Amino acid sequence: MSGLTTKELLERFRVGDRRACAQIISFVENGAPEATLLLDELYPMMGRAYRIGVTGPPGAGKSTLVEKLAMECRRQGKKVGIVAVDPSSPFSGGAVLGDRVRMSSLFTDPEVYIRSMATRGSLGGLAGRTKEVCDILDAFGKDFIIVETVGVGQMELDIAEAADSTVVVLVPESGDAIQTLKAGLMEIGEVYCVNKSDREGADRMVMEIGTMLEMRAKNDGWMPPVVKTVATTGKGVEELFNKILAHRRYLEESNRLSERRRKVIRNEIERIIEERLREVFYHQPGVRKRLEEMVSDVEQRKVSPYQVADMLWKMYFGNEQRRV
Amino acid sequence: MKKKLRILIAKPGLDGHDRGAKVVARALRDAGFEVIYTGLHQTPEMIAEAAIQEDVDAVGLSILSGAHMTLFPEVMRLLKEKGADDILVFGGGIIPKEDMEVLYRMGCGQLFGPGTPTQEIVDYLKEKFPDRV
Repeated sequence: MSGLTTKELLERFRVGDRRACAQIISFVENGAPEATLLLDELYPMMGRAYRIGVTGPPGAGKSTLVEKLAMECRRQGKKVGIVAVDPSSPFSGGAVLGDRVRMSSLFTDPEVYIRSMATRGSLGGLAGRTKEVCDILDAFGKDFIIVETVGVGQMELDIAEAADSTVVVLVPESGDAIQTLKAGLMEIGEVYCVNKSDREGADRMVMEIGTMLEMRAKNDGWMPPVVKTVATTGKGVEELFNKILAHRRYLEESNRLSERRRKVIRNEIERIIEERLREVFYHQPGVRKRLEEMVSDVEQRKVSPYQVADMLWKMYFGNEQRRV
Repeated sequence: MKKKLRILIAKPGLDGHDRGAKVVARALRDAGFEVIYTGLHQTPEMIAEAAIQEDVDAVGLSILSGAHMTLFPEVMRLLKEKGADDILVFGGGIIPKEDMEVLYRMGCGQLFGPGTPTQEIVDYLKEKFPDRV
């Protein structure tokens, strides 16, 4: 079925054909020429699903937790899409996408769709097209979309924008009070989860996160809860899911959900324009070549990179001066 | 832009020896492919469904249990049933020559025995999918 036209593909997608969905995702993930058309066609069907982001350090149990959260959704009769991101090698460009290993109980449920994505050079903890893949699963009729980031350090925070509710998963050994004070990861959680909480130190970790949250200056009316889970047994997962739903209610009732989504839309339009500008700029005849020629001049300190940029800029925009 | 080669590496059936599958997954990663690894004890239904959702180009099965004459044809049958028989099924494990011949006649891709250098598998896939990276 690889030779289908986009029209046929969309027809099959609309009747719930998982292979058509998979192939549309690939087009979009690969930035194929058909991608924009496909996304445009599907756009009216998007916006219904609620997006849950799950992030945290490597080995915290994110995949297992995602499986259990998905099971909880299914128990409530909801359809689930999962997008699981793992890193691409910066050396070979290859990747081993292993999140599915922890999700095998979901494989044959026709109402669960799982897609693994490699970061392909993206540094924010997601792949460059993760949002679009979520959009497609949204259009495919999923009620919840759970996005699992790569195992993060402190600053891979793209998920905070891609998800409606962000769950930060930590373990009892995730550090002391100082770690919880640090900027980045510890700021983006709307729900915190101390997984592997059958281990020593879980209560101390919960307390330290709680202390950090009380000090949080953000006055938006939502106090992020901290939930203890043991993902392997499912303990605490129902409570975690309920807290996520509570956050959703809060967003909906305070009108912040639409506020957030408008912000995301705005950013997305800006991003598309930036991408196109970049493309158009570098496609100008001679720009790439000139840039390459100037590299050695910069290397020999004859000119500065800013001067070269000015020169290239003039090739495109004429004499209009732009120097930041 | 060339499309990335995506491969599902799966271990169907009951044997618990996944070292070979992991070594192959790693080698394919180092060759620049995206490898979806699904772990042990997969049923053919689980494998076929994962292959479709992940839109892979090929499925590599590792079978050391002797059940290859059941598992390979079953995965191929399910893919066909789901309209996805353009996905290549290949594999490795302990498979007698006579059985290999039978499986090849059924349309199975290359089967690699113990001791195969991983580069051979990489070369095979590159040759099969020249328009992928």
